[in-house]
Amino acid sequence: MTARRDLLVVDDEAVIVDAVVKICSAEGLSVDTAARGAAGLELLEKASYRLILCDIMMADMDGFQFLAELGRRGVRTPLVMATGYSTVENAVRSLSCGAVDFIPKPFTSDELLAVVRRALRYGDLRAASGDPVPGALEFVPCPPGDHRLGFVSWARLEPSGTVLLGVCDSFLKTVGGIRVISLSPAGEELVQGRSCAMIAAADGPDHPVMCPVSGRILEVNPAASMDPGAVERDPYFAGWLYRIVPSDLEFDLRRLTVCGPEGR
Amino acid sequence: MISKKIGFKLTLAVVAAALLTKGVFAYFNVRAHSESLLAEVERHANQLSEAVKSSTEYDMLLNQRERIHDTIRRLGNQRSIQRIRIMNKAGAVIYSSDETEIGRMVDKKAESCYRCHSAGRPLERLEMKARTRVFRLRADAGRTLGIINPIYNQPSCWTAACHAHPRSQIVLGVLDVTMPLAEVDREIRRGQLGIVVFAVSTMLLLSLIIFYFVRRWVDDPVRELLSATERVANGDLDTTIRHIRDDEMGQLARSFNNMTRKLSDARLQLFQSDKLASLGRLAAGVAHEINNPLTGVLTYSSFLLKRTQDQPELQADLQVIVRETLRSREIVKSLLDFARQSVPKKVSADLLEIVERAASVTESQLALNHVKLVRELDAGLPKVTVDANQIQQVFVNLFVNAADAIGPQGGAITVTAASLSLPPAGNIQIKKAQCPKRHSLIDEELRIGGKPAIRVKARSSRGEEGLVHLDPMYGGGAHRYGAGLEGARDLRFSCPECASALTVAGQSCPRCAAPVYAVEVPQKGLAEGCTRAGCGWQRWEAIESTGDQEFLELRVRDTGCGMPKEVLSRIFEPFFSTKGQKGTGLGLAVIWGIVDNHNGTIAVESEVGAGTTFVLRLPVKP
Repeated sequence: MTARRDLLVVDDEAVIVDAVVKICSAEGLSVDTAARGAAGLELLEKASYRLILCDIMMADMDGFQFLAELGRRGVRTPLVMATGYSTVENAVRSLSCGAVDFIPKPFTSDELLAVVRRALRYGDLRAASGDPVPGALEFVPCPPGDHRLGFVSWARLEPSGTVLLGVCDSFLKTVGGIRVISLSPAGEELVQGRSCAMIAAADGPDHPVMCPVSGRILEVNPAASMDPGAVERDPYFAGWLYRIVPSDLEFDLRRLTVCGPEGR
Repeated sequence: MISKKIGFKLTLAVVAAALLTKGVFAYFNVRAHSESLLAEVERHANQLSEAVKSSTEYDMLLNQRERIHDTIRRLGNQRSIQRIRIMNKAGAVIYSSDETEIGRMVDKKAESCYRCHSAGRPLERLEMKARTRVFRLRADAGRTLGIINPIYNQPSCWTAACHAHPRSQIVLGVLDVTMPLAEVDREIRRGQLGIVVFAVSTMLLLSLIIFYFVRRWVDDPVRELLSATERVANGDLDTTIRHIRDDEMGQLARSFNNMTRKLSDARLQLFQSDKLASLGRLAAGVAHEINNPLTGVLTYSSFLLKRTQDQPELQADLQVIVRETLRSREIVKSLLDFARQSVPKKVSADLLEIVERAASVTESQLALNHVKLVRELDAGLPKVTVDANQIQQVFVNLFVNAADAIGPQGGAITVTAASLSLPPAGNIQIKKAQCPKRHSLIDEELRIGGKPAIRVKARSSRGEEGLVHLDPMYGGGAHRYGAGLEGARDLRFSCPECASALTVAGQSCPRCAAPVYAVEVPQKGLAEGCTRAGCGWQRWEAIESTGDQEFLELRVRDTGCGMPKEVLSRIFEPFFSTKGQKGTGLGLAVIWGIVDNHNGTIAVESEVGAGTTFVLRLPVKP
């Protein structure tokens, strides 16, 4: 059987690769690097990884092509997308294409570790459930009919035209225990793909929650900010975060995934 | 070429038409005139001939030939009579005012006999018309009128003592009077001449009048239009036609002005969007290129910061590196955001604090130029809901610009702040507007006062159709109406996409009674207004009901070199720079974008040599 390694970094910027290696090695993770997409795919044939960190803009192929190639080859390793061209579009597109997370450059060592830990935990959770069918998941991303942004956040359309937003169960599980949830006040504008809430994990780092739908906050769930446990216990109903007036729902929904009847 | 001119052609056509009608008129006029003159002479000649007949009748019965001779001679001596003679049945001249003729036989084929003898057998009764004739004695002589008067047999003739005529004879002889027509012909010629003179002079006068009006109504406006078109063709799109008449030429001129204005707007927009597109590409490139090295700095410094927690002397310095790198990250992000015109991340913030932070960032650069930063800020100012990083960037840019304007000799920058209440009209922009079917009416292509206009379709009751661009500034009256719509009082507005009516049925403008339109501003109710150009009535209930709007006004005044007017009008354009190699020309464009995203305004006042003041207004509530 091939060797088991923790992290594969695919990026053509040497200084970033070095920094990631240094930071992750210090945490005891085993890291391999590739300067190009093709080299990364070669490494993936020789060894198995728990996580891939991939740059979007590379010389031979871009991150999305790399991700698609992994899908064709049946490689199910979770992938985190990183880019210096950190637009909202790239963030949302990464998640909707199947990346488990997105990290904009430049990042601090803590931000990097928070994303890496979350993604590793995601892989572990999936492995623990046995991963019987590709695509099936051990946790419910959201109730049927809701819309989700990757495995991070969900949105529910209400009959009145407002939209309810919350964090996905999968995201909360990868964060670990929640210490505090910081929310924006009512009246503020949220932007799809930007951070809409900050979850401080029990083990230290802060985890930004990517917003699924743009709009103005009408109401903040008082239960969510008072008692983070409520969010963890029931992330889809009692633990909702915001009720918003969407600014361009039609456009936003195109990039979200509708949760199916089997909770996929 | 005068023959190619429309005025000349038109004059020529009018004169030709007049000439034709006048010619026909003159021909018939002259003919009628000469006929009536001739008829008069004819009547006169007939009367004379009857007078001769009756005055000689008695002498004839008495057969007093001498007396007859005498009478005829005397009468024939009159000036208006050329000749009087009497011929017998056989054609011999018996009496004549020209005595040399007496006794001569007259040729029956000659003019005076022709009427009766032409048919072979002499006629006995003749109409007056048939008895007269006009002829010339010689080719070079004047015209002559002759009238013959047959002398019929009467009972007194055959019963007379002389017994000269038997009873069976019907016609005894013919009296022939001829009169010269020289006088009449002169009269006719005089009439003809008069008519020709009259025709020519009226024609001249007519062409002068036509020429004058064609020149005034057609030539001058066409010439002005032509030269304006040439100016536009040469690139001067600010050309307008100033003299606008009330007629079709005026409409054409208005339409032309409208067209050039739209053309000029479109060119400016193209120019701007071109610049913005390059700015977007530049920002994307810059973001990617700078973010990679920044990642190196940030990851290493933050990693170092974590690893040196036991070395406090390093911690403070490393913290500065991490903090400033994070700030750089925000700057690059906002550059990207500006290029993409995204929504700012607003929180309630203290402007005092933001100004302080901007001051501390620019401190060293200001000190280098010997510039003193004076902050006259009240601590009691209300908090504003803004993106603190973006507003800080605004102040940093303004301070750095001011320092550049001041130069190395030193000076001062003064920042003052005041809170003020302003009525919504003229201070709030309608940023989103939609039709009942939720189609956006905002036209990014056409801007009024730098802001995207509200585009609607308009139709008048006379069937004229066109577009109307409404001023997006609430209460601002700089609407633009398509050609032909400006004067209409009864316009109906509709959505250009789905044609849903925007005109409110049953409601009319309280100022001018014209129809009223309403557009929906998402989450902010209906904005209504008058459809008629020039009225300007508007009502936005949702905004009016909140009363005056609270603004925070910040003034950044410098003692620098100031700017001339032509520079002032362009300073917010992307890539416009007065700093040459030193600047990118992006600073103020970025500021403008940020302030606009905050629903605020930025204006500039400047005097060359005295300094520049930037006036920034931000709404207290978002």
